[in-house]
Parts: sequence; structure tokens; C-alpha cells
Amino acid sequence: MRSEDDSTTTNESTDAAGAPGSVDELIPDSGGSTDDRSDATVRSDGGTVDTDSPFETTSTVTETRGDRIDRFLEEYIRTPWSILRNDWRAMVGFAIVSFYIIVGTVGVYLVDSTYPAHGPQMVGAFENWDFPLGTTSAGRDVLAMTVHSTPSILIMMASGAVFTIVVGTFFGVVAGYKGGIVDTALSTITDVFINIPGLPLVIVLATLLEDWINNPVTLGVLLAVAAWAGLARAIRSQVLTIRNESFVESARAMDLSTRWILTKEILPHLMPYIVVNMVNAARTIIFAAVALYFLGVLPFSDANWGVMLNNAYHAGALYRPSAYHWLLTPMIAISGIAIGLILLAQSLDRVFNPRIRARHQDVGGDETLEPDAEDDTKEMMNV
Amino acid sequence: MNWKIRRFGQAIFTVWAVMTLAFFLTRMMPGNPVDAFVARVGPELDNPQEAYELAEIYMNINPQDPIHVAYVDYMASMLQGDMGMSMSQNDSVAAIMAEAIPWTLFVMSWAIFIGFAVGISIGALMAYWEGSKFDVALTGYATIITSIPFYVLALVLLITFAYRLNWFPTSGRRPEGVEAGFNIPFILGIIHHAVLPVFSMFVASGVASLTMRGNSIRVLGEDYLRVARLRGLPDRTIAVQYIARNAILPMYTGLMIAIGSMFGGAVVLEEIFTYRGMGYYMIQAVRARDYPLMMGAFTVITIAVVIALLIADLTYGKIDPRAGNEDHDAF
Repeated sequence: MRSEDDSTTTNESTDAAGAPGSVDELIPDSGGSTDDRSDATVRSDGGTVDTDSPFETTSTVTETRGDRIDRFLEEYIRTPWSILRNDWRAMVGFAIVSFYIIVGTVGVYLVDSTYPAHGPQMVGAFENWDFPLGTTSAGRDVLAMTVHSTPSILIMMASGAVFTIVVGTFFGVVAGYKGGIVDTALSTITDVFINIPGLPLVIVLATLLEDWINNPVTLGVLLAVAAWAGLARAIRSQVLTIRNESFVESARAMDLSTRWILTKEILPHLMPYIVVNMVNAARTIIFAAVALYFLGVLPFSDANWGVMLNNAYHAGALYRPSAYHWLLTPMIAISGIAIGLILLAQSLDRVFNPRIRARHQDVGGDETLEPDAEDDTKEMMNV
Repeated sequence: MNWKIRRFGQAIFTVWAVMTLAFFLTRMMPGNPVDAFVARVGPELDNPQEAYELAEIYMNINPQDPIHVAYVDYMASMLQGDMGMSMSQNDSVAAIMAEAIPWTLFVMSWAIFIGFAVGISIGALMAYWEGSKFDVALTGYATIITSIPFYVLALVLLITFAYRLNWFPTSGRRPEGVEAGFNIPFILGIIHHAVLPVFSMFVASGVASLTMRGNSIRVLGEDYLRVARLRGLPDRTIAVQYIARNAILPMYTGLMIAIGSMFGGAVVLEEIFTYRGMGYYMIQAVRARDYPLMMGAFTVITIAVVIALLIADLTYGKIDPRAGNEDHDAF
């Protein structure tokens, strides 16, 4: 994920420096767009660029491999890191998400899995240090159940988020860029999916396609079916504005293939938006997944947070204070990772969006909480 | 005008697509409900032929017909409002839905209305006192509340206010032992039952206030606002006609998305509060593998959302004159 992001955005920086086509050898500071205009001579290539034509690639200093690596590190590792280091949300967000990942990978080996009659029934939380978070009515260890459901939840989240992003971006970018009949067709599909309420659709599909949904990956994809359309719509409207920018126009004039323009020219510009939305999609997926497990709609083989909620609910945890720990543990687990993801999305927004950053530096850290981008908050509306 | 017709056509297309999907899933998937029904019921009957007739009664699909004939029949009966018979509730799907729709609409519309009204007011105040303790506290609250799923909040509220404090009923949608009709105890009873579902939707929608706050702050920095101040317009005019109007307009978009997701969320919420609306019946149908009722509920919920979005889209031009004639989508 990280490396893909890096390689694509490298082109963005060269483009931004006024060199269309993002020829690889070109160094951004070789010819700014201002000099281009000053001694304009109309030439056969149709451009009014100066003698430092990007098509001929001339540069007084050759950029060594070391320089490139250094520039790369500066731009994509050191700068973001220094931004993130000063942002408490990023640190907290990363810490929370890494904690869940560690629990999902290492924690599974540290905490033994549990089974019915593992311990005494309905031990409360923090009463017995063999079962720190207590036990269920069947004597299963709540902590172990919570820990052991983390991997499948994380896989589900990742596959759902990736599917949302890939399909949403594909529909949005292609529809926005191609226009015409392709746009009409893709937009119609998108609109249909936007109009269908997500949770009921997933419930129906999960019930009828029960046999095919037997692992976290397919389940994540199923949940994403209801989530990609909004992103596709948003990306389409962004592409509609980007496609009229001069750098896309020059790429078209250079007769670059549509695929090149879409992947090398347009996509890098959308990358920040896509990454932020991916984090938000991950949260949406988790919420929906746990809701469906809680309703008892999804087929399940082993306990996970939603199933725990469901079992606790049916064991009467609502009116039995002795069972509250059983209900509260999965609730806290879900909310915890959601908080981590929200903070992460907000801080990533800040890395990508210099304007938000600048506003914060002005205030001088006085004001710690700031609304995120409008699109970001809108996403939260989704269940 | 042309755009309105296109938007209308799009809504109809969506409904058609959903019905077709419903047909496809019920009839054509491997191991589909129709075949499963015939395989299950057939051997128990004296005359196996009856199983096909029963399948047609329940699901509007006669398994013996060729696919295209079955499809046309299915669509024809759906258009007439015949969504088949429920297997578990012993009533026609259309009757169950017709009885459930008002309750869902009642709760959802109040949740959306209160959520946005309060969100807008609080957001405006937060923007007005930007940077103050009030602002920081509420922004923090809104951020945290958005990371808690609404159904978790609903469970917490249910435990606190219904089971512990006994302020509100724990389940149901109408008071027991009160005659239904336009009398005060009945109406109060209904409101009493609806408070918790509405409240849990409302508490979970802290987003509206955050969006409103962001919009207002952005409007506050606009040049035309400085001009308005320089012209010496009264504060009240500036607040209502300049700031509020321009800050609320973009939120119409969020409202659209909220309608769709709230109808979806209603499924979970009604189950938690045992509130017999469309979503409640849908989950009951899933549990009982009552496919006609499940597909019927899904279709009706989708149509409700499509209509809501259509109305909102068509009225957006009235609210925002700039969007009047253009090719525009509110969401």
C-alpha cells in the first residue's frame, strides 16, 4: 500500500513542476512553467516550451541515484513523519491500529483459545486473574474470545476496504474521464447502488448466498458491495474537474494511451482522497459486519465481536448486571478500533492537505480539535 | 425539465433493477428458495403438483414456467402490489408491510429531523464560539460519538434508561391495553415507545454538527461576508441570511446520504428495540428463512429510499436556486 502510493505520487511532483508527460529523467527544477512562457516560440510539437524541452530531456546536473533516493526519502518518509510526529491524533491513531494488529497477529499466540466450560460460569471482569475480562455463561474466557476474533475482523476489514477502493476508484475514474456512453452506463450502475440501502442489501445477499460466504475475505467483499458507490460518485466528480486541467490536456495531445493518462496522470492526484476514504471504508465495513453478526444474519463458525454481542444479548445481558462485561468487551473493542481509524483518517488528511496543516500552525497548537474535510465527515454518516 | 424526467427515469430504473435482482436471487441462483421450497414441501404433499402451486402462491414464481414467462408474471404481480405470502406470519407480504411502514417512517423521520435540527444549531454555536471550551468539548464529543456504532449506543441507552432506570419501555411500539385511535393516552404511549429509538439515532448523528461547524467557519471567512459587515447590515441578517443559508445548503447532501443509511440502520435498531417496523419483519423473515417476506421487505425499503431521494433531489433546486436547471444531483 505504502510503496504503491509512493511510486505513483512521484509523477505527481514532476507534473506539478510544469513538465507534462512525466518523463522519468526529468528533474522538476530544470525548467519552471514561468520561463516557458517568457520566450515563447511556436514549434512543430505544438507546445510553447523553451529550449529545455521536456521531450529532449536536458539538464545541467545529472541526478544521481543517491539524489533520487534522498529526494524520495525526504518527500515521502521524513516530511510526513515530521508532520505526523507533531500531531497527537496521528500518534494515537497509529498506536491504536498497531495495537489491534499486534493483538491480531502476536496476541493470538499469547492467549490460548477458549472452549465451553473452560472456567467457572459468569465470572465478572477483573475478579479472577485467570480470566481477566471474565467468562460467559458457558464458561468461556471473554478475553480469549475477543483476542481470537481480531484476525478475522482485520482480514474482513482489509479485504472490504480494498474492494471498496478498487471498484469505487475504477468506476469513478473511468466514468469521469471517458464521459459519453461509458459514463452513462457506469453512472447508472453507481446510482442504482447508491439508491439501494446498504445494510438490507447485504442482509439479503448474505442470506441467499450463504454457501459462498465462508471466509472473512468474501465476507468483506460482500459488505463492500454496499459501500463503493458513494466513493465512485465522489471520485467521478473530482475527475470531471481534473480532466480539464492542462497537464491532462497535454498528455492527451502527446497521444498517450488512456490507460497511461488514468493511472499516471489522474490517479496520483486522487491518491490522498482515496487513502483517506480507504480508512473510512474500513470503519464502515467493521460497523456493518458486527451489526450483521449481532443480528445473527451472517453465518459464523467461531466467536467474534458481533457473535459475542449476540450471545450476550440473548443470554439476557441487558437486564443482568452480572453479564455486563460480556456485552461491554466487544462494544469497547469495536469502538476502540473505530476511534483509531478516525484519528488515522484525520491525520492522513492533514499530511496530504497542506491547507489544513497551515491553519493549524497558525493557531500554534492552541486549538487541538479541528473539523476534518467535509467529505470525511460525510462518510461517517454511513453505518 | 429534461433533467427532472431523467432523474425520474433513473428512480424507476432502480426499482426495476431491485425487483429483477429479487427475481434472480429467488429463482435462478443454485439452491434458490423456490427449488428448496419445492424440494422440502413436495414430498409431504399427496399430490406433488401442489408444491408448484404453493410456490406460486408464496413467491409469485411458478417453478414449472420457463424463466422468461416466470419473470414477466413475477414483475406483473409485483407491479400490482402482490408480493406473495409470508411463510412465517401467515398473512400476505403486502399487508404486513403496509401495516409496518408507518411505524418505520415515524421513527426515522423524527430521528432525521431532530438530528439535523439540533446538529445545525449546535454546529452554528460551535462555529460562533470557535476555539472556546464549548467548541472543543463538543467537537471532541462528536468525534468520539461517530466512532461508536449506533447499535452499540442503542444497547447502552436501552440498558440505562429502560432496564436500569425504567423511564422508557424496553420493547414494543405501542402501549398495552390502550385503545388505538386519536386519544391522548395512545398518542403519548406511542411517543413514549419511540423516544429511545429516536434518541439513539440522534445521539449517534453528531456528524451534522461537525459538518455545520466546518461549513459555517468556511463561510465566516468569505469575502462577501466582510462586504456585508462593511455595509453595516444588522448581525441578525448576517447570521440568518448570509451564514446560516450558505452553511446549511451543502448539508442537504449529507441529509440525502443520511436517509439511505438510516433506513438501513432501522433494520438493526428495530430489532434491538423490538419495534415492529419494516426492518424488524425483515430480520424475523431472515431468521425463519421466510424468503417472500424478506424479499418483500427489502423491495419496500428500497422503494422508500428511492422515493425519499427522488423528492429530495427534485426539491433541491427550490432550496438552492443555483442548482435549478443544471444537471445536478443533490447527493
